[in-house]
Amino acid sequence: MNIHAQAAAETDKDYESAEIAHGISPRHIGEVVLEVRNISLRFGGVKAITDVSFDIRDGEIRAIIGPNGAGKSSMLNVINGFYHPQDGEIWFHGKKRKPLKPHQIAQQGIARTFQNIALFKGMTTLDNIMTGRLTMMKSNVFWQAIWQGPAQAEEVRHRETVEKIIDFLEIQAIRKTPVGKLPYGLQKRVELGRALAAEPKLLLLDEPMAGMNVEEKEDMCRFILDVNEEFGTTIALIEHDMGVVMDISDRVVVLDHGEKIGDGTPDEVRSNQEVIDAYLGVSHD
Amino acid sequence: MFYRETGDFKTSYAGDIQTFPLALDRNRFWIVVAFAFLVVPFFVNSYWEKAVLLPFFIYALAAIGLNILTGYCGQVSLGTGGFMAVGAYACYKFMTGMDIYIPMGGGEYYEILLPPLNIAACIFLGGLTTAFVGILFGLPSLRIKGFYLAVATLAAQFFLVWLFNKWEWTYNYSATGQITATETSLFGILITGPNTEPWATYLFCLTFLFIFGWIARNLVRGRIGRQWMAIRDMDIAAEIIGVNPLKAKLTAFAISSFYIGMAGALYFAVWNGAAEPTESFAIDKSFDVLFMIIIGGLGSIFGSLIGAAFIVLLPVLMKNLLVGMLGWPTDIAEYLQLIVVGGLIVFFLIKEPHGIAALWRTIKEKLRLWPFPY
Ligand SMILES: Nc1ncnc2c1ncn2[C@@H]1O[C@H](COP(=O)(O)OP(=O)(O)OP(=O)(O)O)[C@@H](O)[C@H]1O
Ligand SMILES: [Mg+2]
Repeated sequence: MNIHAQAAAETDKDYESAEIAHGISPRHIGEVVLEVRNISLRFGGVKAITDVSFDIRDGEIRAIIGPNGAGKSSMLNVINGFYHPQDGEIWFHGKKRKPLKPHQIAQQGIARTFQNIALFKGMTTLDNIMTGRLTMMKSNVFWQAIWQGPAQAEEVRHRETVEKIIDFLEIQAIRKTPVGKLPYGLQKRVELGRALAAEPKLLLLDEPMAGMNVEEKEDMCRFILDVNEEFGTTIALIEHDMGVVMDISDRVVVLDHGEKIGDGTPDEVRSNQEVIDAYLGVSHD
Repeated sequence: MFYRETGDFKTSYAGDIQTFPLALDRNRFWIVVAFAFLVVPFFVNSYWEKAVLLPFFIYALAAIGLNILTGYCGQVSLGTGGFMAVGAYACYKFMTGMDIYIPMGGGEYYEILLPPLNIAACIFLGGLTTAFVGILFGLPSLRIKGFYLAVATLAAQFFLVWLFNKWEWTYNYSATGQITATETSLFGILITGPNTEPWATYLFCLTFLFIFGWIARNLVRGRIGRQWMAIRDMDIAAEIIGVNPLKAKLTAFAISSFYIGMAGALYFAVWNGAAEPTESFAIDKSFDVLFMIIIGGLGSIFGSLIGAAFIVLLPVLMKNLLVGMLGWPTDIAEYLQLIVVGGLIVFFLIKEPHGIAALWRTIKEKLRLWPFPY
């Protein structure tokens, strides 16, 4: 790396040309990959989401914010097929998506993490992240049974990718530790690793930094930005920490009581009166 | 430091994913295997064969089967006895030459007559038949979990025992309702029937356990095993990373039942020589095998072996010790044995759900550091 070129990159534009000069492709925000149209979701009498529409563009970091119970997690659950909305459509890669099972949606390249960690407690860090590659493993029962040929080759090949993710997330030391024994912050990191292992086109993160201290948050921010920049992964994340949201996201959608009350760049959202009243106002009281 | 892994470096991922990554463990394993195959056959007598070794091999196979379903995939089953019965009766039908009548309408039948098959094939097909039955009874697991699934498999247990009592075709219309193994041989050596040699049946069952134990180990460490464990640990997350719960649960039921079916077939054909549903495959079989995996270790192939050895050996030991040496009455010795097993199950469920296998791992950890405290 040429230190001077990096030091000289004062503006975004300079930075971009420096990146091109070094053969790194600059961040590129492309067309819409996923669009939710007029989604309404009810649980009996509870309206979790009411007529919400927004889109997610290729390569961007899209934040979803809102007070507790606003319907943010429910929205992610709709996107990955866990909840089926009563009304509305989801368009993925320009096509209207049929109602699918969550595992079918995973096959299409949507991965996620959960607000309450959902790791496989009885398995090691390594095995947890290996499960992220299950959709790509194809060797049949026969080869699996004798553990030769394709089965072993496949295992080694995926293990190599998983080791790269382990290096990337700096969790080499806990590779063989059962995840149940890990502290909270590391569990969140392993869960991110499992989602990354699937090499998703769209990554959904539900409060990836909740309950973390400042240092852990900084690490997590760095990982999210790196994933987005290095692999060009599109990311939709829910986060309560306004500083983080304003820092890392390209566009923000604001939900309140299941309705969309704002959508735009962090600056636009910050100056939106309805958002200030309904959300920022409340939390700053 | 009796147990060391320092200096045993792995230079490839293939080396790291071996069953026994440490050379020490690997060598010890092969010594035991060589001893079992090459030395024991020369010394085994009919007491050891009938009272200790055959039941151990057969229950170990059943325990591996149940552990795949319960320990790895998290689906509790109380139908083990019933599934063993399916294996036994299917084996019986295949070894006596199966006759299948397909109704063609108008009172006409199309008849298929299979010749009696090779005994190894009979055992294998007994397992395969049970796998299909297992899939059938596994279907409710897609809707119900935990306690309710256990009750459903309990229903399977009673239904299957009832079926083999009622359906005369399955026991070739014999007057007693019993099935009796015919005399069969492999490579000219008798395997079933009244005139077998202990070493022959010993090697036959040991070979089955060795091959299918190895296969089970391979299955649980790869793609399929991870799917099972993902479903066990958190089915919602498993689905979201792309595991099809239907496929994962049904393969677990199929493969588990396959093992249990083979165990039932060996139990009937090679060990006992005869069977009768109400006596041989009652609910206590289901519990015995469940106890084996709880004591040995849920989610461990090695634990299945230890658990089977433990439950098979304990009565033999207690009987020799208390009745033979101390002269206790037999019934009191039996009660004491129930108390010991019950106590151990409570202990393991509360203290160490991963059983003796996990205790063994802890001991190894300690040995690695010994004599230093850290
Ligand atoms: N499975 C469910 N059954 C019934 N009600 C539900 C269910 N899931 C969510 N809800 C309701 O829908 C509303 C939105 O919940 P959701 O979890 O989406 O909020 P959220 O924005 O993620 O909040 P938080 O910031 O607390 O995570 C809440 O009123 C919640 O009680
Ligand atoms: Mg939430």
